[in-house]
Amino acid sequence: MATAADSRQYIVRFIFIGVAIIILLRLFFLQNFESKYKILANDITIYKKVVYPPRGVIYDRKGKVMLSNTAIYDLMVTPRNIPKNFDTAELCTVLNIDKPTFLKTMKLILTRNIDVRQSVFMEQLNEAQTAGFQENAYLFTGFELVERNIRKYQDAHAGIVLGYIGEVSPDMLKKPRYQTYRQGDYTGLSGLELQYEESLRGQRGVHYLERDKYNRPRDPYKGGALDSQEISGKSLELYVDADLQAYAEELMKNKIGSVVALDPKTGGVLAMVSSPTYDPNELCGKDRTHNYATLYRDPTRPLFNRAMQATYQPGSTIKPMTGLVALSVGAITPAFGLACYGSYNYCGRPIACDEKIPGHAGNFLLALAHSCNSYFCHIFRLTVDLEKFGGVKNGLQVWHDFFYSFGYGHPTGIDLPFEGKGLLPDSAYYNARYKGSWNSCTIVFVGMGQGELALTPLQMANGMCIIANKGYYYTPHFVRAIGNNEKDPLLSKYHEKHVVGTVSEQVYDIIQQGMQEVVESGTAAASKIEGINFCAKTGTAQNKAVVNGEVIKMQNHSMFVAFAPRENPKIAIAVAIENAGYGAAWAAPIASLLMEKFLKDSISSKRKAVETKMLDAHLINKYVYTIDSVSRLHDAKVFEARAQKRHEEDSLRRTSDSTVIVNWFSQKFLQPKKEEKRK
Amino acid sequence: MAAESLSRSIIRKIDGVTLLLYFAIVVIGLLAVFSVEHRTTDTTIFMMNKSYMKQSMWLGYSLLIGFVILLTDSKLFSSIAFLSYSIGLVVLIVTIFAGVDVKGSKSWLGVGAFRFQPGEVCKIFTSLAIARYISLPETNFKKLKSRLTAVALALVPALIIILQDETGLALVYFSFILAMYREGLPNAVLVIGFSLVALVLGTLLIDRKALFIVLTVLAILIAVLTRQSLRRNMEARILLVGIWLICILFSQVAVPFAFKHVFKKHHIDRIYSLIGKDVPEEYNKQATPGEEKKVNPSEYNVLQSKIAIGSGGLMGKGFLNGTSTKNQFVPEQNTDFIFCAIGEQFGFVGSGILIALYVSLMLRISFIAERQRSPFSRIYGYCVACILFFHFAVNISMTIGLAPVIGITLPLLSYGGSSLMSFSILIFILLRLDLDRAGMIR
Repeated sequence: MATAADSRQYIVRFIFIGVAIIILLRLFFLQNFESKYKILANDITIYKKVVYPPRGVIYDRKGKVMLSNTAIYDLMVTPRNIPKNFDTAELCTVLNIDKPTFLKTMKLILTRNIDVRQSVFMEQLNEAQTAGFQENAYLFTGFELVERNIRKYQDAHAGIVLGYIGEVSPDMLKKPRYQTYRQGDYTGLSGLELQYEESLRGQRGVHYLERDKYNRPRDPYKGGALDSQEISGKSLELYVDADLQAYAEELMKNKIGSVVALDPKTGGVLAMVSSPTYDPNELCGKDRTHNYATLYRDPTRPLFNRAMQATYQPGSTIKPMTGLVALSVGAITPAFGLACYGSYNYCGRPIACDEKIPGHAGNFLLALAHSCNSYFCHIFRLTVDLEKFGGVKNGLQVWHDFFYSFGYGHPTGIDLPFEGKGLLPDSAYYNARYKGSWNSCTIVFVGMGQGELALTPLQMANGMCIIANKGYYYTPHFVRAIGNNEKDPLLSKYHEKHVVGTVSEQVYDIIQQGMQEVVESGTAAASKIEGINFCAKTGTAQNKAVVNGEVIKMQNHSMFVAFAPRENPKIAIAVAIENAGYGAAWAAPIASLLMEKFLKDSISSKRKAVETKMLDAHLINKYVYTIDSVSRLHDAKVFEARAQKRHEEDSLRRTSDSTVIVNWFSQKFLQPKKEEKRK
Repeated sequence: MAAESLSRSIIRKIDGVTLLLYFAIVVIGLLAVFSVEHRTTDTTIFMMNKSYMKQSMWLGYSLLIGFVILLTDSKLFSSIAFLSYSIGLVVLIVTIFAGVDVKGSKSWLGVGAFRFQPGEVCKIFTSLAIARYISLPETNFKKLKSRLTAVALALVPALIIILQDETGLALVYFSFILAMYREGLPNAVLVIGFSLVALVLGTLLIDRKALFIVLTVLAILIAVLTRQSLRRNMEARILLVGIWLICILFSQVAVPFAFKHVFKKHHIDRIYSLIGKDVPEEYNKQATPGEEKKVNPSEYNVLQSKIAIGSGGLMGKGFLNGTSTKNQFVPEQNTDFIFCAIGEQFGFVGSGILIALYVSLMLRISFIAERQRSPFSRIYGYCVACILFFHFAVNISMTIGLAPVIGITLPLLSYGGSSLMSFSILIFILLRLDLDRAGMIR
């Protein structure tokens, strides 16, 4: 008995130990070799919270805020937490919705998401809704206001310059620039918001939080050791004068066109208007998609930045440049005169000149002041046909190189995306166009700013900077400092001085004198500013539209370029108003008002009448809308035809695909049999 | 004077090892409950609404009762054994009708705000009664009748508890059979019992073909080892082949047949959810094929528990860094699944140490039991060890998916007043009996 009992006591102990060993073995494998549990544990418990820092604020030259952030509220709901005795009627009153809408939204939320998770009930509450909800927040258990930041354009000006932000698209995500972005992130889509995206957005912070089984974030994971702190976006300080910009937009109201004002000393953009303008606040907020579509479809194309994307034949505004080249290559002297009686007749058909007074082109200064077409066509021809160049083709190339160095024919490199480059024809261009047989008479219109030459208003303004500075310019740019740092590497290329060709200072003096006489006694005499010597040139550019393949001559573009004051230039300006008429009639007064505003801070009382006339003018022609709808119809037809063609090709391919096997089969097996039968 | 000598003799003779192990496990338990409940946002650790503070309170009561037990006469326990057992049975029956409904089972009695589980406490009375019965001079444990009586003493409370719908707790009473085995139940009981459990679990957990190979290999192994007797003995040969056949028939034919044709879908789901496994494809009786599979609660429990323990690794995530347990992913975290907290925060090393502590406690108790002069004390000691063993083995096995999820606690570690107190009382009564180990208790 004793021995039996002894052995049994050991058996019992053996069982205790044996089972413990089995458990230990299982634990050993579970804890050391089954890594899926570690991954699962991280998956279920660690919540990666991305914190977006506020985007950088944009200031004007005087430190006035142009673009900042503002908080808006989304109403979130956690359906599980709504008590049974919830006062739906009260919530509906506060939010100004009806009960069916409430029920429909709730149903939608419940089908999309689990009821313990928070979902958006209503996006971007307006002020009344926010206030109403906050007052009675204690009544609405389960509902919560969540703050979000959106962009706020302070005075709703300069929308086309500042740009807007939006969610990154799947296509953008594939590009290297956006590789750190995730679906749903916001990014600048146009304007400075796009150009300086990396500076403005700051750095996202990632916080790792533990979450509980209801998905509620709790403590920081590992005490926040893995977290990265968010860094606020850098602010941008612009050269733009917000008051000047606002005034320019005001003056350009009800006109299609643009204004570019530059600071010749630095290349800084003082104002850039593309009219019609739009309220940039419409492109953030909950109706942004709808508003964007409306703007996109608008026949006047407010989303198109005419100031740097539209190209115009510069018309007479190019004459100072034509003169500049002619004088510096020695094609003419300032005393050179031409007898013009209202037309230029050296190239077969006559070219009309608006000035009829005899002797208006007696010398260079007179010709420039009166904008004589004949004179400038002629000196252009003299330039390209100059003997020392040896033929028109080489001569044109010299002329082209001059103009290229003025910033024409290529993007100036302004810090806005999608800049237009205009068109600066060279010999190769004409060789291709006229199959090599052309002479100076073929291209004579270029001398007076018509013909193939096309410039953006920005390039025109930049040209004024060159004349104002007597030979150099800085690449136009908006941003003076990024986050108070003027030496930011992004800005270094705007501090490079671009010296233009080899033009002597005397030539610039002559040009400036001529341009001053334009104001004193010439075509822009009506736009004088009291007490300020300024240089200017009017322009009236002929233009035509192509509608359904038919060329229609349209009313002239009104153009004006200027800089002021002559002695110590502070502003260079280009104004282009589409289909408005004479340059002296509309563009000149607007430009001079802007210069006066910028230099004197106010408009003198004598000029109030002009100001009122400009403000009230409505220069958008009805045919803008007609042409737009006609071209839209045309586009639609083209698109439809293309779709039809693609469809047909598609079905043809599909039929051939489906018959491929049958054909192969019949060739492989049926044909030889036939042959056999024949045998 | 008398009191002084009593306390001095208690201090001198009490089994320090057991006491030390007891405190070690209880303190680990408190820390585990603390780690699950503590939040970094808590300003103080003394928060009365938290479980760890309640548990500390229960520990205080347990120690008080333990001290009182040490001061009583050791003869008291044998003399009140049957009386307390009878009262225990009556209370158990009353509970069926007057019990508070907790999670679908009526095993709790409520007196005011105070609630306790008679089934837990009844383990003490049953241990005493079994010890008393077997140690009675008129009982001859070699006789079948006494053996059956002793087994009946253990199983009657179990039956009543099954009626209360608390099957897990009822199963604990089967652990007395191990204690009785020490007192002379035939080997066959143990072998058949273990084999049956192994066969049933094996059938459910292991792939059918693999199990067939395992069983056959086992049979051949036994045949080789016992070839001498097999050659001589026809009956032995028949027995071996018979057992092998029965096992094969059970696992390969009977169970699949039952699952395919006898059991309904919800039966199968229930059985597989108990062991925390997905229902195998062949038994899956889906009403509509497209219907999404519902996650069974205990399947979810076991998965979360495995995630918590498995993510602990070798060294664990560190105290208070258990992401799964702290954030309440494992249900019943404080009670049935408290082992997850240890496994996640202290890893394999910590779990191993805890298991070693338990095994040491059980071995120490069996050692104490063996040194008793009186059979009553010895049998009682084994009862305590076996109850501890069953709780320990089943609880940890169910958290790592080795055993079905039957709600029983991890002794001295799980949060819960009834459990802590009944285990404390079990151990302190043993310590009291051990003080008089040289004496004969009748």
